[in-house]
Amino acid sequence: MSLLLKVKINGVEKKIEIQPNEILIDVLRREGYKGVKRGCNEGTCGTCTIIFNEKTVKSCIMLAAQAQNGTITTIEGIGTHEKPHPIQEAFVEAGVVQCGFCIPGMILSAKNLLDNNPNPTKAEVKMALDGNLCRCTGYRGQIEAVLKAAAVIRGEK
Amino acid sequence: MNQKVYDGRVVTKSVPKKDALSLAMGKPMYTDDKEFRNLAHVKMLYSPHALADIEEIDTTDAEKLQGVLSVLTHKNCSQVLHTSAGQGYPEPSPYDTRLFNRRVKYVGDRIAAVVAETSKIAEQALDLIKVKYKVFEPVFDHDKAMGHKTVIHNEGEAKYIIPVFYDASKNHASHLDANVGDLEKGFKEADVVVEKTVRNHYGQHCPLEPHISIAYIDDYDRLVVRTSTQVPFHTRRILAQILEIPLKQIRVIKPRIGGGFGTKQELITDPIVASFAWELKRPVKYELTRKEEFISARTRHPMTTYFKAGVKKDGTITAMDMEVTSNTGAYGSHALTVLSNTGSKTLPLYHCENIRFVGDTVYTNLPVAGAYRGYGATQAALAMEIVIDDLAEAINMDPAKFRLMNHIKEGETSPIFKALGEGTEGVEQTVDSVGLSECIKQGAERIDWYNREENKKTKSTKTKKRGYGMVCLMQGSSIPYVDMAAGYAKLNEDGSFNLLVGATDIGTGSDTILAQIFAEGLAIDASDVLVISSDTDTTPFDTGAYASSTTYLTGQACVNLANKIKDQLTDYAAKLLNLPRDELILENKTVIHKQSGKKISFSEIGTKSYYSEHQTQIGAVASELSRKSPPPFAAHFAEVEVDIETGRVKVIRYVIGVDCGTPINPKLVIGQSEGALVNGISYALSEQYFFNEKGRMLNPSFGNYKIMTTIDLPEIETIIVPTFEPSGPWGAKSVAEVNINGPMPCISNAIYDAIGVRITEPPFTPDRVLKAIKEHSKE
Repeated sequence: MSLLLKVKINGVEKKIEIQPNEILIDVLRREGYKGVKRGCNEGTCGTCTIIFNEKTVKSCIMLAAQAQNGTITTIEGIGTHEKPHPIQEAFVEAGVVQCGFCIPGMILSAKNLLDNNPNPTKAEVKMALDGNLCRCTGYRGQIEAVLKAAAVIRGEK
Repeated sequence: MNQKVYDGRVVTKSVPKKDALSLAMGKPMYTDDKEFRNLAHVKMLYSPHALADIEEIDTTDAEKLQGVLSVLTHKNCSQVLHTSAGQGYPEPSPYDTRLFNRRVKYVGDRIAAVVAETSKIAEQALDLIKVKYKVFEPVFDHDKAMGHKTVIHNEGEAKYIIPVFYDASKNHASHLDANVGDLEKGFKEADVVVEKTVRNHYGQHCPLEPHISIAYIDDYDRLVVRTSTQVPFHTRRILAQILEIPLKQIRVIKPRIGGGFGTKQELITDPIVASFAWELKRPVKYELTRKEEFISARTRHPMTTYFKAGVKKDGTITAMDMEVTSNTGAYGSHALTVLSNTGSKTLPLYHCENIRFVGDTVYTNLPVAGAYRGYGATQAALAMEIVIDDLAEAINMDPAKFRLMNHIKEGETSPIFKALGEGTEGVEQTVDSVGLSECIKQGAERIDWYNREENKKTKSTKTKKRGYGMVCLMQGSSIPYVDMAAGYAKLNEDGSFNLLVGATDIGTGSDTILAQIFAEGLAIDASDVLVISSDTDTTPFDTGAYASSTTYLTGQACVNLANKIKDQLTDYAAKLLNLPRDELILENKTVIHKQSGKKISFSEIGTKSYYSEHQTQIGAVASELSRKSPPPFAAHFAEVEVDIETGRVKVIRYVIGVDCGTPINPKLVIGQSEGALVNGISYALSEQYFFNEKGRMLNPSFGNYKIMTTIDLPEIETIIVPTFEPSGPWGAKSVAEVNINGPMPCISNAIYDAIGVRITEPPFTPDRVLKAIKEHSKE
């Protein structure tokens, strides 16, 4: 028995046929949102992070059906090559995108922070990124990049 | 220090990493991001026993399950004995495994693979496989494995294909010794002798993208393997070997890779999908779960390292003796070469004429070790840098000054370079770029090293004690007279170049680094270089991403390549402008005759050479064979706080000084350095495998295997100390590995400084530290 999932993804209303037991990450990747990565499939690494109804969630531990009538933002929804999001620009400029596998999730965590708190402290940035593991960079550059992006968004830089 | 520092036009600049923006957009660039119609899925059945013979295996019911396409076991798989280590040929690792073995040797060894229409069906089929085991008493303690009554590899077939020591009947996977000078005399000359035995633990690489491979048959009936690998060319060669099909039938493509750190220098998922795809003639995917990554991929070699050294009161080190027992787990992947690197990447660091190195690698019934960033140097540095501190203390010399006095200097050599190579004898070399003194001086200044006694007093409380530690480190850059790398480039009509390299960018940024190195030689920008890397059909050969080789070795190939093309451009311009070629120079994407002011742009050359005049393809291939392995150097400084009530060790500050020759891209140098550093701190403080009495790992998840996150970070500072390496591309050496070696000994030294308790068995978790404090107070 399949279900019809009505969900707004990156600003577009979608109707997606799903199975009741399907996990959200599987549905999103099947629908082409490949920026949603699978690193652990148990909610601990953060590579599958999305913004759901203005909160970051790990899409690998959420049923797709739970997203009914909700709003989802994936990495595909927040910037383009022509007009990247300031966080994306800051990450590139800081040279903190190494293998890149953790980056979509980390950028979404950062975006959700800045959407709710445009002027975070370093400690608040660390706390917001705490659920996103990265094995390549050592995090320092990413934390600084988020602070820099925040200043850009506030119009200070 | 060599005062010559290269100030480049494109190199030494932090140009944006080529793939960074696309990756930050979440573009579908990794192995799993491409859609395949009719894709079949693999699931694996693993041994629940640490040592057992499979007496019977019945897959009938599994095969009957609707949607199951095929099942592989030791009975029907390839019977080719090989090593899963993705090394050059002939591999310096023992051929001690088949794709599936009748005798399974650790909890996590493969029993059977099922391929099915969906991964759910494949998983269901695993439950239908009936296996009858004959279980044997396993061996877990690597210090007792050699000559143990249990013989792990008792099949009598395992062997090396190179002439080196091997005795599987004694669980003895490799042996090395090297002697220089007169050890006994050296110890006699010493005023003080210090010895320590240290033990490091199991650890995993934890790339965020697990191993994944997809294989399919292309329109020419060839096997294509799209795979998350560090070694595409070795993968092609070893797949041809295992599958017994002609190499020309196989193409290996490396897309973007979600991290490797050594574990992807190993064929794990690749041969499984290749076997199934070749059999079924349809696309097959095998992706490890995080749990499989922990229990059945590769790990760091746990070792017991004994180090003894003698010193005179004036600070002269008179003798160094290192004995290593390395645990390779159930199979001997990188058993020999990691062992040799424990000595060859540490012992040359300090002046000493009398040195002995003895190393043994043993099999145990625990997870398989393999290549892991640091590659033995991480393990040995733990022992050596603790003892170096002890020596300094024994003669009442500051540890930083002791190291400044004793570390290898520019133009010097170490007898170890010749005595210990990559599993066999090494290559004599002088070190021609050493910025270590400067690394120590600048690092010491930043952490306020010489005022540490005062800082300890002011910052410590009754229960929280501050301490400071430091270490020095070295690694290598490529494997001399083994590694070869190549590049190919061609000119386009707009003056841009396609650069094709076999070098394997696994997130390190090598595509960008190589574009910069090539661009530097041709007076163009890195953005004028379009890089394609690692496709065995289209790009030239490269050994792959390991041994800290890419920047140094493939980089030099790209310098050679730029030189060849520079000649072609100059020849072409000389013909077109009718001017003597030796009066022409390259500047700003143009060939210029300074005397007359005549010039011709690269885009004009590109267009004319394609369509109208002296038509020819401007392009070349070039390669480089490594002839030495110049060490990058680093000095590490840590400030820690030890809570003597809870045993918790908190790293407050960590400063590193890094000499990688010319920093080709400083931001990427910092990224490599700090990434390695944080991985090292995490391994030193919290990462560990817990095993039950049957050899099963109890914590195979990120929830229970703790790697550092943002909130665990100390304050980190990286100081780049540029030097000029004459044999490297624009003066560059490597930087990928060296900084993972520091945290274990550096934090141990800092803990000792804080509370006077010496801890030699990481990870330095609260329970271990508390136990050590209690034991110390009893003494």
